[in-house]
Amino acid sequence: MSGLSRSKSPMGALVGVAILAVGAILPFFLSRYQIGLATQIMIFGMLAMSIDILVGFTGRTSLGHGAIFGASTYVVLYCVTQAGLSPYLGVVLGIATATALAAIFALLAVRTNGVYFLLLTLALGMIVWGICLRWTQVTGGENGLRGDIRPKALADYKDFYWFILALAALVTFGIRRFVQSPFGLTLRGIRDSDSRMRSLGYNVPLHLFIGFTMSGFFAGVAGAFYAFFNNFVSPSTVALTQSVESLLMAIIGGVGTLYGSFIGASALIALQNLVSSHTERWQSVLGITFTLIMIFAPEGIVGKFRALRAKYASKH
Amino acid sequence: MSLFQLLNGLTFAALLFVVASGFTLIFGLLRIVNLAHGALYLFGGYVGFTIATKLGSFTLGIMGAMAAVAVMGFALNEGLLRFVRGFELRQVLLSLGVAFVLNDMSLVIWGGDSFTVPIPEELMGGFRVFGTFYPKYRLFVLLMGVLIFIGLWVLINKTRLGALIRAGVDDAEMVEAAGINIQRVFLMTFLLGSALAGMGGVMGGAFLSLYPSADSEILVFSLAIVIIGGRGSLIGVGVGSLMVGLLNTLGQVMFPELAYFVIFGPMAAILAFRPMGLFGKAV
Amino acid sequence: MDRRQFLQTTAAGLAAAGTGLQPLRALAQGEPIRVGLMAPLTGVIASGGKEMVEGTQFWFEKINYQIAGRKVELIIEDDASNPDTALQKARRLVEQNNVHFLTGNLLANTGLAVANYVKGTGTPYFIPIIAADELTQRGRIPNVIRTAGYSGSAFPRPLADWALKQGYKRIATISQDYTFGHEQCGGFSQVFTEGGGTIVQQFWHPLNTADFSPYLGQIADLKIDAIFVMETGADATRFTQQFNSFGLKGKIPLLGAMNMTDQSVIRTMGPEVEGIISAAHFAEGSDSPATKEFVEAYTKKYEKIPSLYGFSMYSGMMWVSRAIEKLGGKVEDKAALIDAVLKTELTDSPLGKPVKLDAYGNPIYDVYIRKVTKRPDGKFWNVPVETYPAVSQFWKYDPEAFMKEPAFSRTYQGAKKS
Repeated sequence: MSGLSRSKSPMGALVGVAILAVGAILPFFLSRYQIGLATQIMIFGMLAMSIDILVGFTGRTSLGHGAIFGASTYVVLYCVTQAGLSPYLGVVLGIATATALAAIFALLAVRTNGVYFLLLTLALGMIVWGICLRWTQVTGGENGLRGDIRPKALADYKDFYWFILALAALVTFGIRRFVQSPFGLTLRGIRDSDSRMRSLGYNVPLHLFIGFTMSGFFAGVAGAFYAFFNNFVSPSTVALTQSVESLLMAIIGGVGTLYGSFIGASALIALQNLVSSHTERWQSVLGITFTLIMIFAPEGIVGKFRALRAKYASKH
Repeated sequence: MSLFQLLNGLTFAALLFVVASGFTLIFGLLRIVNLAHGALYLFGGYVGFTIATKLGSFTLGIMGAMAAVAVMGFALNEGLLRFVRGFELRQVLLSLGVAFVLNDMSLVIWGGDSFTVPIPEELMGGFRVFGTFYPKYRLFVLLMGVLIFIGLWVLINKTRLGALIRAGVDDAEMVEAAGINIQRVFLMTFLLGSALAGMGGVMGGAFLSLYPSADSEILVFSLAIVIIGGRGSLIGVGVGSLMVGLLNTLGQVMFPELAYFVIFGPMAAILAFRPMGLFGKAV
Repeated sequence: MDRRQFLQTTAAGLAAAGTGLQPLRALAQGEPIRVGLMAPLTGVIASGGKEMVEGTQFWFEKINYQIAGRKVELIIEDDASNPDTALQKARRLVEQNNVHFLTGNLLANTGLAVANYVKGTGTPYFIPIIAADELTQRGRIPNVIRTAGYSGSAFPRPLADWALKQGYKRIATISQDYTFGHEQCGGFSQVFTEGGGTIVQQFWHPLNTADFSPYLGQIADLKIDAIFVMETGADATRFTQQFNSFGLKGKIPLLGAMNMTDQSVIRTMGPEVEGIISAAHFAEGSDSPATKEFVEAYTKKYEKIPSLYGFSMYSGMMWVSRAIEKLGGKVEDKAALIDAVLKTELTDSPLGKPVKLDAYGNPIYDVYIRKVTKRPDGKFWNVPVETYPAVSQFWKYDPEAFMKEPAFSRTYQGAKKS
């Protein structure tokens, strides 16, 4: 109950606007590289948020979203470098592909939950990876696809940053509306108790299917613009590590908190940047972080913050 | 399929069985999908390699590896997993974090070169099996796979521990309610499962070599086998290993393009339509 | 300084950094030459990456990290055997560390990703290890140069010629199924079939194939005079061992790509590698004085015989350093640096003979046919048994005509139909 009233409060909207304003003036204070990092944070934040729709609001943990994200990237690059289409059309096709792929995953996964859902999405993600690796005619195999595909209007790195900032705001708004809608409430009901929702007469598989597909749509949006960011895609973009890292971002930030995804993305990318300039042991740091979060803070940063705030509020 | 290719598939399946049997014991009883299982395989293999090269004994290598990995399993279970008991997903993700660390630490300790566990003189060379020349060592692996299957079957079906494990796979709470210290059974199972991974590492390290990505490769196979065969079922993991081993070999020969699909396709299909696997208990 | 001045200065500074110009103060005394080295220090090919760093450091230590009186700052980044990471690191090196040039990377896909990036920034990128043909052929990027490097299809050609001279008529190939493999097998197949030989069958397998037994069975059944094997890293180790354990060693002569018999593979192996023939510009067992000196010094320092990775980075950086010396240490002008490198002939590398670049940024080498031989101390290394002088990436073909033909792939292997 408290979650509902709080998220509809003007505070949330005000915080959002404040963050947006700070984000808009950052390019005047940061170096080119740092702006690039910020752009990356927003793209992966969107991916993490799309995963959060499933993890935080539907109670299903997916290890296949990296593949959905990367599939979109592949389609955009293919459309522009191989098929000679315009980048904008490429983006539309990329998002459509990701959504369709998510729908296929969903059809197979709706009847599972918990660990089995996790493993199924993992397996499906690996199939996508295998296709990207072996279908050399189309995907370029090991070498992937590359080119100079960013539209001229977004060529400048600052312009691209502002565009992505606006996009991230739009996507956040869209996802927020989605999870707060009656449909979203049903998803949360499913998260809390599958069987209760079923006994109340809800068509749980249909809701799961739509929820998964929507989450794939947003992952596809992130993936499509990642193509513009990197001008490059290879099988590592759809690999399991992508799914794992973006899941970790959602978890670090706090599942079910939406904004947490950006915090998680910032934390992970900043940590990676910091650690890798001093040591090659980034993988160990990542592993330790994962382990510690699971033990001490599975609700993530924002989740912990909200829990502490609630505890404080209840004492006063 | 010729005898040669059949033997290839069977010997590979035997190795997979050794590793996957450990995985299914842990998954079946503790309901933990231990994603660090592959890393334990690799770590065990490296330890066994070091012992075997320094002391000149393959057997000591295997024993040392099993011991070392059992210790790691103990540390993992008592030191980390106990904090997230009851939360299936957290356990999985925690084990994934451990896998990352273990893999990286192995890189630090042994470096990135490929190593091959040295095999004893008696196992070098080959036999003529119905006209085909076949390496002795691979036949040894096949034999070991069969022996371990028998050993595990006896353990699970003829001993008290086995009975407790079987009961625990069906209903752990009930076993605890009956007054048994189920945590101890869990621990023993975890140790056994981990030791099997370590043994697999040394055996596999002798003909497939040890290198930084061997852990994720064997993990992927183990996952597929346990899913296809079914949680907590020995027959399941045996059948699953045969299927995956033979499919992998056949796939390489006949459908090289579909290499990954041949393993993940059946795995995904089973998860979607029959999550308990071919021989597993209902989820 | 008030806020407006601060913003203006920052904006100006950012603009300057954004367009790649160094603020004037950088040209003053004390500003080091910044070298950005990327190598796979983690991931599947981590052992090669480590040796790349060693080779680079070995060179710079030899010259005391100074060229033409200017200090050298070497910044090392891990590309994790992964193109996305490589891109990230390249961006960091160029945009944050302001390196004067990039170098390194091992896997072709990481190199291609970085090359695509530097196409836009104009940063000089020197690639002693990345062997993707196209970077110095059809997809030539002017600021990407293979100093002390090689292109994939170049060395198997003299090997094929040598094979024909041995009287081999029927050969099968087995290779990792990716561009590097396609190029090596393509080069071999092209020359072998032109000389009247037949490529009986070609086996392609995914990278990181643990079990070669399915292929070995088929190979044993073919009637062939020899087999050309193109494997790298752990695949090379496994193949050679399994080839031996299935009793094929000694039955079928093994011709390998240079990576098959590289030190990084054979130093942890035993008698199963003896006798394998390969072709390369570098043979650590050569008795040329320059090679011996390099090998001895390297072995002393790193306690292992140098591999291709160590040698190539060492020589590659030597090449660039000689060019920078000619420029008096001025590396800020990218075009001048690239031009100087292209015109530099490397005379004192461990190869012991002068090497220069062709018009496309790829070196022309004398290629050794090498045989893996056992040393008195029991270790194995590659010893030259024959030399093919001045082999270019285009062999004896006309470059323009060659580039009109399709690039090597799984389906196009350059075979001449007889």
